[in-house]
Amino acid sequence: MESIGVLMTCPPPDAYLVEQLEKRFTLYKFHSIPDKAHFLNSNKASIRAVVGSASAGADAQLIHQLPNLEIVSSFSVGLDKIDLAKCKERGIRVTYTPDVLTDDVADLAIGLMLAVLRRLCQSDRYVRSGQWKKGDFKLTTKFTGKSVGIIGLGRIGLAIAKRAEAFRCPISYYTRTEKSDGVLINIGRGPHVDEPELVSALVEGRLGGAGLDVFQDEPIVPEELFGLENVVLLPHVGSGTMETRKEMADLVIGNLEAHFLNRPLLTPVL
Amino acid sequence: MDCNGYRQENHDQNLFPKPKVLVLEPPPVFIYHEEKLSQKFHFLKAWDSPLPLEQFLTTHAHSVQAILSHGSCPVTTNTIRLLPSLGLIVTTSAGLDQIDLQECRRRGVSVAYAGNLFSADVADIAVGLLIDALRKISAGNRYVTQGLWANNGDFSLGSKLGGRKVGIVGLGSIGLEVGKRLEPFGCNILYCSRNKKSSVSYPYYSNVCELAANCEVLMICCELNDQTRHVINKEVLLALGKKGLIINVGRGAIIDEQEMVRCLMQGEIAGAGLDVFENEPHVPSELISLDNVVLSPHRAVHTEETLMALVDLVIGNLEAFFSNKPLLSPVLLDE
Repeated sequence: MESIGVLMTCPPPDAYLVEQLEKRFTLYKFHSIPDKAHFLNSNKASIRAVVGSASAGADAQLIHQLPNLEIVSSFSVGLDKIDLAKCKERGIRVTYTPDVLTDDVADLAIGLMLAVLRRLCQSDRYVRSGQWKKGDFKLTTKFTGKSVGIIGLGRIGLAIAKRAEAFRCPISYYTRTEKSDGVLINIGRGPHVDEPELVSALVEGRLGGAGLDVFQDEPIVPEELFGLENVVLLPHVGSGTMETRKEMADLVIGNLEAHFLNRPLLTPVL
Repeated sequence: MDCNGYRQENHDQNLFPKPKVLVLEPPPVFIYHEEKLSQKFHFLKAWDSPLPLEQFLTTHAHSVQAILSHGSCPVTTNTIRLLPSLGLIVTTSAGLDQIDLQECRRRGVSVAYAGNLFSADVADIAVGLLIDALRKISAGNRYVTQGLWANNGDFSLGSKLGGRKVGIVGLGSIGLEVGKRLEPFGCNILYCSRNKKSSVSYPYYSNVCELAANCEVLMICCELNDQTRHVINKEVLLALGKKGLIINVGRGAIIDEQEMVRCLMQGEIAGAGLDVFENEPHVPSELISLDNVVLSPHRAVHTEETLMALVDLVIGNLEAFFSNKPLLSPVLLDE
């Protein structure tokens, strides 16, 4: 399979993934190629697979430029960076990494809720800066028993609900609520939320707090949020554990191998 | 002890003065809710007086029947002996290590405490500290707010919580709440406690060292007493191992702090989440620079909701005492 060209369109997300891809295929790291147009012109015929992630996948333009593309294997469960309609039209297979990261993302969502309501990051800073010697940290808000609303009741949403129930949180599912003491947790994708609107709601105190792992234009995070004590910001680490990233990489590799060996795909979308 | 002179129903101060309650140092509940408490009781504020404590007690508090105390305010043998009319100590804490219980037992002084009021909040913090330590929430937040994500690229990976064996040290009210919360995260719960609990199915270990050897996370949820002081020592920490984490929401002195710091610095354990320390508010300076440690200033119970409930409990206990009714949350002193 060494002659099969695989184009990694995202910045390399994981050393183990890159290593395993390079062992089996000819891997091109698109992100670091300066003249992408020239590169594609010279190499398009040999590229039969694309590997993407949450940051970059395969849009219509790219798909159009790869006449021999057979499969897109995404190092993510989110498919928002892949033009699925175009793939379906061209008969291109698409795979992703469901289930293996569900627990980690749900764990982080609960972690963010606790961190925001109980001000874990701020109180950690309070101790490190020596302020505790001058006085007690202030009161925070109890988490147990708070109502949790989940937008998107897929695998991850259900896993969050299961965990929140152990904290005696009543669970409900609704699309939008404007409550000044409400807290927004986003572990999905940045574009789910109108970011400028979210920033002004937080800055103006119209929203009780936020825990955000994803943003509209990563890694750019609106700096107005940095100083807000009711906001916790994370650098898209939802699935960021050593254990889970390895499982995701194994799925990407496993899917590619299955495809090129004419076996059934492990986790196909299309 | 004669309480017949006090009638709580009638707040006319001219005929029936408010009962006197001695306060040695103000508990947090006092700082936030003194007004509400002062509507019902007259507080003798020892800390406010220029007199040394002994003198204050003999001069102003000699006939006092009740003390309002808190977790880090000692009520010593000496204090109790200087108050011949003392009948009740109300503490706003769940912990009792700061009160000379033996002297109370000897003198027939009742003690009321916070009972299980705090258990949910403490369990929430314990789980929060664990997820923070494993998934680097505070460290990740620092990474973003210091502008490093945009410039330095991806943050380092954390570790998965699911599938981990979590050993709970002390399966009382707090320990049980921690276990309940961690189960849906896919954790395997083990425990060590004074006695085996027949009502739970978690595997039981009779000593902490064996528990540590069989798990990857230790959650310290027990009280501080003679048996638990420094029970988490070098042997236990080494048994926990290089991938192990320790979370302490009990009391600082349950862990040999110096030894824990050494183990963290040398990588003998992987990390820690700590709400309590041996010498609060002082935290070992070595911990301040560690990224694999989450620090919290002993505020596991400091939520607005719980403090409100605590005020009501304190008032309820004091009112019950002064009207000869059963206390709402008594400590069983003949254990």
